[in-house]
Amino acid sequence: MSFLMNRHTLTVASLCGLLLMLVFISYAVDVRVFTRIATTLCINVVMVVGLQSFMGNTGILSFAHIGFMGVGAYTSALLTIPAQMRGMALPDLYPFMEGLSASPILAIFLGGIVAAVIAAAVSYPLMRLSDAAAVITSFALLVVLHTVMLHWSEVTNGPRTLFGLPAITSLPLTAIVAAGAIAVALMFKESRLGILARATRDDETAARAMGINTPRVRWLAFILSALLAGIGGGLWGHFVGSFSPKAFYLKETFVILGMLVIGGPGTITGAVLGVFIVTAAFESLRTLEVVLNSAQIFSGQVVGVTEIVLAFSMIAVLALRPGGLVPTREIGDAIVGLIRKRKG
Amino acid sequence: MTELIQFVIDVLALGGAYALMALGLVIVYGILKLVNFAYGELIMVAGYTLFLMDGTGLPWLVMAAVAVLMSIFFGVATDYVAFRPVRAKSVTAVLITSFAFSTILQNAALLFISPRARNIPLPDVFSTTVTIGGAVTPLRNLLTIAATIVMLTLFTWLMRRSILGIAMRAAATNFTMARMLGVPANLIISSAFAISGLLAGVVSLFWLGRIGSVVPGIGLEPLLVAFIATVIGGMRSVPGAVLGGFLLALIDTSLNHILPQDLLKFRDAFTFSFVILILLWKPDGLIKGPASGQRT
Repeated sequence: MSFLMNRHTLTVASLCGLLLMLVFISYAVDVRVFTRIATTLCINVVMVVGLQSFMGNTGILSFAHIGFMGVGAYTSALLTIPAQMRGMALPDLYPFMEGLSASPILAIFLGGIVAAVIAAAVSYPLMRLSDAAAVITSFALLVVLHTVMLHWSEVTNGPRTLFGLPAITSLPLTAIVAAGAIAVALMFKESRLGILARATRDDETAARAMGINTPRVRWLAFILSALLAGIGGGLWGHFVGSFSPKAFYLKETFVILGMLVIGGPGTITGAVLGVFIVTAAFESLRTLEVVLNSAQIFSGQVVGVTEIVLAFSMIAVLALRPGGLVPTREIGDAIVGLIRKRKG
Repeated sequence: MTELIQFVIDVLALGGAYALMALGLVIVYGILKLVNFAYGELIMVAGYTLFLMDGTGLPWLVMAAVAVLMSIFFGVATDYVAFRPVRAKSVTAVLITSFAFSTILQNAALLFISPRARNIPLPDVFSTTVTIGGAVTPLRNLLTIAATIVMLTLFTWLMRRSILGIAMRAAATNFTMARMLGVPANLIISSAFAISGLLAGVVSLFWLGRIGSVVPGIGLEPLLVAFIATVIGGMRSVPGAVLGGFLLALIDTSLNHILPQDLLKFRDAFTFSFVILILLWKPDGLIKGPASGQRT
């Protein structure tokens, strides 16, 4: 019973329940579009929860996150594109890479690990920076990653679309991975390291005075975040089957960031809730765009309305509720609090 | 020798544009300690203003002046939409709201104008070339250098001699104290955004003059340049921003000459890695600004 009462277990259980409900509804409805949306939603949960584990705990905005998503997607592609298609998909591939292959599931996780290794290698110096300088350099890192993806034709097929990934990503698989990401992120948040990271977020000077090695703590959080981003990227790659480097740039960054900010970067509950709310709003707006376009009310194509609405809601949320919808208390904490109140 | 002259002119012209961009970012950062992510979109706004006025038959200088005015107007609008509602909150909040504002402007351009590139009217002087000491260079480059000198002189005079400049410097050093001594906060902040818009507007003429057309995403590159220049130079220092701009231009131009053809496409990656190295060595940038008080 005490195990069930544990607020962290409750948080994970409630959030996973939400995902499970999504899977059930999608099977009950059994419409292709809905399943696609639900799968994308679960992938976004992995991405946003990954970003939360860095941004929420250290308080530093990271733009590089989507770059690591790209690293994961390309790594996984490199390992799984069938041998007979490689000549076409990657005509300039290095000979020693031609023999590489792994099962898609393994490849997705290897993609996460490669992303984490790259993050570990490049980011340590950046973690010494705070505030604006940290954000700007993470932005520079995104540009570096994007430039490399765009021009390293041997491995990424350059700016052209890379195709041939086996489409193995299904809704149950993404839901399971998303549940795993939620559990890992919560474990990190409640671990000693997570608490140290939040100490550096709340007062950097005091944290340093107490002997916390700020760059190291941030570095480890960043590696975890890149790991999850890489896995998310691999999942996404095997979902869409073909992509080009421009999929991993500012537009995507904006969506992921918007989900986290609206939900609340401080909590995992907020991160997950943000994904659900923004996805729902996005899909309805996109439907509206399609309806407007097919009705031809306006002379040209209606594009970009969804982004504009998302942007205004981000500004509104930050102005009215700076911590997002769920600023500090996880859902488990809230449930435990409710039960205690009823007993007392 | 010819090559050296060519190289120096290239660095000075590019560096001038970079420095002015960086200056516009630093002037806001100096006072608010907040980064304006929507800064690059001011260039886009100026570009579309020129595009919309194409064919009105106005002299080009009038169109350019209107474009700069629009850039100033949107600079001040950034303050009202993205900064004022969340100014007192976290650094991250403002970064996100200004990022959101930049998305709004970009998507508005997508929605109301077009996702495709639009040609902008340019005067003939922009396409003529001159020969200096054997080096053939576009007259545009020399104009950029001249504009940089004029703007920097004007800026220095404004900051050193005018009451507004003195009040802004006071606000940059200790905002709370400046307010207590009767410096109107909102006016100072709006003026900083207006000056930032003026700088972006002037740069945009030369930046767009090089490209000849405008697309919704045009603001990204100048924004990055301004970011990186300020980080190298020191986020709080005005001379640092100028130095950072020229240094970045030097790195870029040198890489253009040094790098072999097949590595040239990775130039941005090299530049930014270099920047990361500079930051390893000096996390606060090359020139430390005035020791400033709390963020306000």
